[in-house]
Amino acid sequence: MQLNRDALLQAYRRMRTIREFEERLHIENRTGEIAGFTHLYAGQEAVAVGVCEHLTDKDWIASTHRGHGHCIAKGCDVGGMMKEIYGRADGLCKGKGGSMHIADLDKGMLGANAIVGGGPPIAVGAAIAAKLAGEGHVAVSFTGDGGSNQGTVLEALNMAAVLKVPKIFVFENNGYSEHTGAAYALAGQDLGRRVEGFGIPVFRADGFDFFSVYEAMRQALEVSRTGGGPAAVYATCTRYFGHFEGDPQNYRAKGEVEKFREESDCLKGFRARVTEAGLIDGATLDAIDAEVLAEIDAATIAAKSAAPPVPADVLTDVYISY
Amino acid sequence: MPVITMREALNEALHLEMARDPRVIVLGEDVSGGAGGTSGQRDAAGGIFGVTKGLIHKFGEGRVIDTPISESCIIGAANGAALAGLRPVAELMFADFVGVAMDQIFNQAAKFRYMFGGKARTPLVIRMSFGAGMNCAAQHSQTIYPFMTAVPGLKVVVPSNPYDAKGLLLTAIRDDDPVVFFEHKALYSRKGEVPDGDYMIPFGEAALVREGDHATIVALGRMVPFAEKALEKLNADGITCDLIDPRTTSPLDEETILESVSNTGRLVVVDESPPRCSVASDIAAIVAQKGFRDLKAPIQIVTAPHTPVPFARELERAYVPGPAQIEAAVRKVLADG
Ligand SMILES: Cc1ncc(C[n+]2csc(CCOP(=O)(O)OP(=O)(O)O)c2C)c(N)n1
Repeated sequence: MQLNRDALLQAYRRMRTIREFEERLHIENRTGEIAGFTHLYAGQEAVAVGVCEHLTDKDWIASTHRGHGHCIAKGCDVGGMMKEIYGRADGLCKGKGGSMHIADLDKGMLGANAIVGGGPPIAVGAAIAAKLAGEGHVAVSFTGDGGSNQGTVLEALNMAAVLKVPKIFVFENNGYSEHTGAAYALAGQDLGRRVEGFGIPVFRADGFDFFSVYEAMRQALEVSRTGGGPAAVYATCTRYFGHFEGDPQNYRAKGEVEKFREESDCLKGFRARVTEAGLIDGATLDAIDAEVLAEIDAATIAAKSAAPPVPADVLTDVYISY
Repeated sequence: MPVITMREALNEALHLEMARDPRVIVLGEDVSGGAGGTSGQRDAAGGIFGVTKGLIHKFGEGRVIDTPISESCIIGAANGAALAGLRPVAELMFADFVGVAMDQIFNQAAKFRYMFGGKARTPLVIRMSFGAGMNCAAQHSQTIYPFMTAVPGLKVVVPSNPYDAKGLLLTAIRDDDPVVFFEHKALYSRKGEVPDGDYMIPFGEAALVREGDHATIVALGRMVPFAEKALEKLNADGITCDLIDPRTTSPLDEETILESVSNTGRLVVVDESPPRCSVASDIAAIVAQKGFRDLKAPIQIVTAPHTPVPFARELERAYVPGPAQIEAAVRKVLADG
């Protein structure tokens, strides 16, 4: 195993933080205090964390509409994220962006993106910058099975390959794009083969398993950090909640999510793996769970009581006001 | 007459026209919703706002087509289908996603008829939701009908109530040119009287929503009910206005607007888009050019500010023009002359 104890603990903490953050939003959403669209990432934690544990603040990521997990995995401040989702003045984006637009450039987080397929071309640009800087940094984009059908993504794959930039395409196939199944909308089914058609090496991962994603990303980085151009990680996974909060999910079979939660949950799997190998004991993980819970409690309370922006702020951060 | 929502009115128009004309197809992401799902429920969504609900059961997969997320190809395919003899109604969910499909709309659909010397027809409707008010933030809330109005070859429809929505959609589907059909997302649940059967509302014919003496208000989409609200207050002070809803911005019913201004002498234009190159500035320019001598006071425009749409409730409330601004603008044109 490549990860030392501290790295394992950090990975677990981040996955647990994402889970707790999302479960809490799911509950809080019922109070009606959270405005707009919220797309929860719960279930897919192993992908975001398995990828981002390899990255530093100088590596870039471009995220999706389902961005909370990517943000947390990349080290964005959880309190600031919660405030942003509640539309508060001191949220990460001053309450102007909300759930779908969380960004933190200091952390190398180029933003969640509410336009499906918007991220990969942007990450190609960041990869051009990384290549020019010559310091071995990379740019990573996250895309769903649905997003992979967008022309912009195919254009980004081609251009990244042509320019040989250090760009890693992460594809998360959670089986659905909104209400439409990948079984219907993804021609050829194996997205990996599509990507290989561009001459880009694809490292396949079990998106329910942190270690599998971590290893696939390691191999992708071996290509990209050493001047080999783009690479891709293709992970299959599932989402626990609806496409957005409020989605009744009646396109999914009854019991489908429960089965995933029971049999292939990434946190349970991680726990079993490290405790059975005698690397970390259960009590240590329990303690992390408790700390994370307290952190999310505090973030939620702080967000609820934080001040909203003042109306005049609508005119700031744009080049001119009328 | 039955009282139904704008969502139901649009749904009725689609049902009627698909039953009447076998050339009509509907396509877009999740327009039935549930294709490839594990529940086997094929009509799980009926479009993200429920406008296409039930069509799949009546008309089947051949005519109600769930697509991958591929806006450029959705519109491109609709263009091709239209050129080849069908009458597609494409759904783009949110108007903001037009960005992805822009070439197929403004370089292709809008230009075939002209470029091909009048030989081609592109009987295509592109439906999309627009507007702020639901805290959907900057990439899901824009009012972009000015872009589309600026393109020769496109017809642009912006209904403000269920009755108009149904009649205008029937006209749109029967029209031989590409029509961009803007549905305000905050109006889907607006109720109104709608006849059961078939009726058409011609393009380029404004509705005179209220009649009055002191000023002319021109408003579009969600701004129409807001202007009605403002008028309640103004009426209480003895101020009455013509309220004109153009219903289509291209073609635009200039005549009705100019005639009203010639009676009232004052104009307020209310438009949810940002002010520069907006429908408000366009109508103001037309009246300044053709009705200048009728004006007793400078024209007022009421628009959103020149910023992207913010997320937080407090900011979005400050962004969207509302009854208070409309009322103030009317009082200003009255004070000015
Ligand atoms: C250009 C564009 N088209 C459509 C949408 C609406 N939309 C938002 S998320 C989504 C589905 C995305 O599916 P996928 O890429 O598989 O990601 P997932 O939601 O499964 O994480 C759609 C169609 C959008 N936001 N942007």
